[in-house]
Amino acid sequence: MAEIRLENVGHSYDGGTTFALNPITLTWEDGNAIALLGPSGCGKTTLLNIISGLLTPSVGRVFFDGVDVTDLDTAKRNVAQVFQFPVLYDTMTVRENLSFPLKNRNVAKDVIAARVDEIAELLGINKYLDIRPQKLRSDLQQLVSLGRGLVRRDVPAILFDEPLTVIDQNFKWTLRGRLKEMHNSTRYTLVYVTHDQTEALTFADDVVVLNQGNIVQTGTASDLFLAPQDEFVGFFIGSPGMNFINASVSDGSVSIGSTLIGTAVAEHPIPNGEVRLGIRPEFLTLSSAGTGTDVKINRVEHRGGYKLIHADGPHGNVVAKLPNDSAFVAGEKAQLVFHPERTYLFRDSKLAGRVSTKGAGQ
Amino acid sequence: MKTRNNRAWFLVLPVILVVAFTALLPLMTVANYAIQDVFNPQSRIFVGMKWFYQITNDQLIISAFRRSFQFSIQALLIQIPLGIAIARIMPKSGWKASAALVAVAVPLIIPWNVIGSTWLIFSRSDIGLGGFLLNKLFNFDFTSDPKDGWGLILTVDVWHWTPLVVLLVYAGLRSIPEAYYQAAAIDGASSFAIFKYVELPKLRRVLLIAVLLRFMDSFMIYTEPFVITGGGPGDATTFASILLTNIAVGQFDVGRAGAYSLIFFIVIQIMSFLFYTVLTLQDREEVTKTK
Amino acid sequence: MKKSETLIKGAFSPQKKKASLPWTGLVFWLVIALWMVPVAWLILMSVRPSVDILSGFEIFPHRFTFDGYRDFILKEMWYKAYLNSLTYSTLNTIFSVTLALPAAYAFSRFSFAGDKHLFFWLLTNRMAPAAVFLLPFYNMYNAVGLFDKTLGVAIAHMLFNVPLAVWILEGFISGIPRQVDETAAIDGYSLPKFFVKIFLPMIRSGIGVTAFFCFMFSWVELLIARTITSTDAKPISAAMTRTVSSSGTDWTLLSTAGVMTIIPGVLAIWFVRKYIAKGFALGRV
Repeated sequence: MAEIRLENVGHSYDGGTTFALNPITLTWEDGNAIALLGPSGCGKTTLLNIISGLLTPSVGRVFFDGVDVTDLDTAKRNVAQVFQFPVLYDTMTVRENLSFPLKNRNVAKDVIAARVDEIAELLGINKYLDIRPQKLRSDLQQLVSLGRGLVRRDVPAILFDEPLTVIDQNFKWTLRGRLKEMHNSTRYTLVYVTHDQTEALTFADDVVVLNQGNIVQTGTASDLFLAPQDEFVGFFIGSPGMNFINASVSDGSVSIGSTLIGTAVAEHPIPNGEVRLGIRPEFLTLSSAGTGTDVKINRVEHRGGYKLIHADGPHGNVVAKLPNDSAFVAGEKAQLVFHPERTYLFRDSKLAGRVSTKGAGQ
Repeated sequence: MKTRNNRAWFLVLPVILVVAFTALLPLMTVANYAIQDVFNPQSRIFVGMKWFYQITNDQLIISAFRRSFQFSIQALLIQIPLGIAIARIMPKSGWKASAALVAVAVPLIIPWNVIGSTWLIFSRSDIGLGGFLLNKLFNFDFTSDPKDGWGLILTVDVWHWTPLVVLLVYAGLRSIPEAYYQAAAIDGASSFAIFKYVELPKLRRVLLIAVLLRFMDSFMIYTEPFVITGGGPGDATTFASILLTNIAVGQFDVGRAGAYSLIFFIVIQIMSFLFYTVLTLQDREEVTKTK
Repeated sequence: MKKSETLIKGAFSPQKKKASLPWTGLVFWLVIALWMVPVAWLILMSVRPSVDILSGFEIFPHRFTFDGYRDFILKEMWYKAYLNSLTYSTLNTIFSVTLALPAAYAFSRFSFAGDKHLFFWLLTNRMAPAAVFLLPFYNMYNAVGLFDKTLGVAIAHMLFNVPLAVWILEGFISGIPRQVDETAAIDGYSLPKFFVKIFLPMIRSGIGVTAFFCFMFSWVELLIARTITSTDAKPISAAMTRTVSSSGTDWTLLSTAGVMTIIPGVLAIWFVRKYIAKGFALGRV
């Protein structure tokens, strides 16, 4: 278990022309579960490979507990890694698989046996110890894969590279839960790469959102959801993501088209001009009375526990998440009702402030 | 785990049709011949199983089969380990890998009669480099010494066909996802352990093909012994195919040759089936029912 | 991004070059050098007069002749035979691999009535000496109008190449975990689309090696090719029998032909080298 520090770490696969990962500096405390979240090509796997030692960064240094490990290869860094698919030794039983790393380090037989039992119990696979892993379901296989990493005591971090990729939908939940339990009891430092925000948000203490080789925002799940610093975070997090509507700011007043929405609230006053108003479907409601931003309802999707209403307006199309009993139907006209605290303003993709909405007429 | 799905037959049907067209019909013709005594195309009499009884008691034929069997076992014992060893030390990427692939492939693409004639000259102690050098070490003359003849043909087979094993194993090794090597490195496995626990298991299927192919082809070897030793010295290298051709073409005994061919065919089938069963014992998978 | 795409991009692509012991490279090239000695001998034979080849031992010829090459390149029959063989070998490779792929997939992924027996039966085709097929083939191909046509030879060679292709491909397909198929199905891929976009790249090594073997076995096959052709589609193997005449074997010419026939094979392996050595797209995310 170790603190991981990256100093100015970046990587280019083509000798400096483009950087798959732009230089970043960060520190992760010992015992944290960190998710690296982002779309394909954002640099998250590059980052993971730099930490695990599979890749030597073009620039920067990597430290585990203050020790520079940048030039050490994977085996020497002693990290544990779980891959996208279960990596197992087919000719060995689960027990033998779990004992393997310790046998190679000449650990005493009884110590190995005790440790294997301990880990198998922790991961809930103790009843499978004497079976060949091929016979197991893929989520159990991944646990065996993980177990092989956990049997060693001196592991600084466990790295996960999209480990749920081949797991059956039904078992993703149980596996995810297992991983969380494991983390809670062992407090290993975990680094988890995924492009699935649900995985990231439920699993990690800290989520690092990456896009195009840059860290866009780091924070807890609620930080990212409720206080996105960047349009990308607004858009990527949430299902569906944030709505964006073209708006303008004039002397502190925010308008969509000619309709006044509210006043801008920001640390620094927002200069006049175009902005993008961002609001999550969860915080957007519709009303059929009064004046305001007019939209026409395009489609109503029933999602079981809620409805998604798709509406089109002259300044943008939006999606609102409404309860099942809402009566809107396709073809109707309605007005947008913005949440007084959760309506944001973005300029040049960055968070500029939020909108405090007026009460009247909405 | 395989899923049970009888509609998979459609995927296999084209193959079956092609193979049946190209194989079954000729085989039926051969079977037809095998039960007749053919003096000439117009005159043949049905003799039933006469040829089969004759052949199974013919010492010449039995010896030829025995020789073929010994030869193919010896060839296998050399080619499989050697092929694996070479494949493991071959370059994995870059221009070196391309050059290596070409070099390894060359023995395979030389027409077999040219291989025969090249080695024929090469192995003569009076006009060939190989023969000359070997003769300096010990008396080497494949035209008179049966052991030298046997050894030479075995060497030619190994030279010619080990590259097949190399290519199969090499392709098999390249198909192992990098993650397994990474995991093994993290687990602290030695090179030998990686070979035993990662590579060999993943190569099982490829090795099965290599063993079956090489066994069959060495058993049926014809061109090289024909060109180089002609089946000699004496009958030291008269393998089953050579004898068969002598009977069919030399003696023009089509009926007897037909029976011989069938027996040949059956013998190979049985032995291959044994190999196949033994080598796939571990593969008995469960089948899940679907659709 | 679909899960199945992350699989090819992440899991199966090489990420870091492993340093291997320096001496293994040396040993390998030493073995190759030794292995190539008979080939060098062949090349030398191709530039020595036939008479010299038989008369005495020398490593470097004291007199050279390029008559073999001149004959080969200039005389039309060789050139044409070369082309014929190239045509049917290439055609055969394409046919064999294309037919074999779905069948190999079926054998690997599904279990159906008679599958084990059928799989083994396929290979038994290679267990009969070619000699038994000669006369029936001659009659059969004449009867269907495929005599003396490169297409005919291409089809005839499927006899032994299709089973080989099915067997090798099945082995490689079985190496890909079934979860990949399932993940793609969940992502909404139809079977053909999944096969082409996701699956084929994963078994490139197998396809490369299969294609090469099909080409190779077809290219070197003498008996059948010679039997079902006469003049139009005469293969290089038949043309080579011209080197043996009443005045004995023209060793020079035979060796030249041998050297020249290596070239298409080299091209074939060159063509598939990247497939075999796993050169598919690397993904970085």
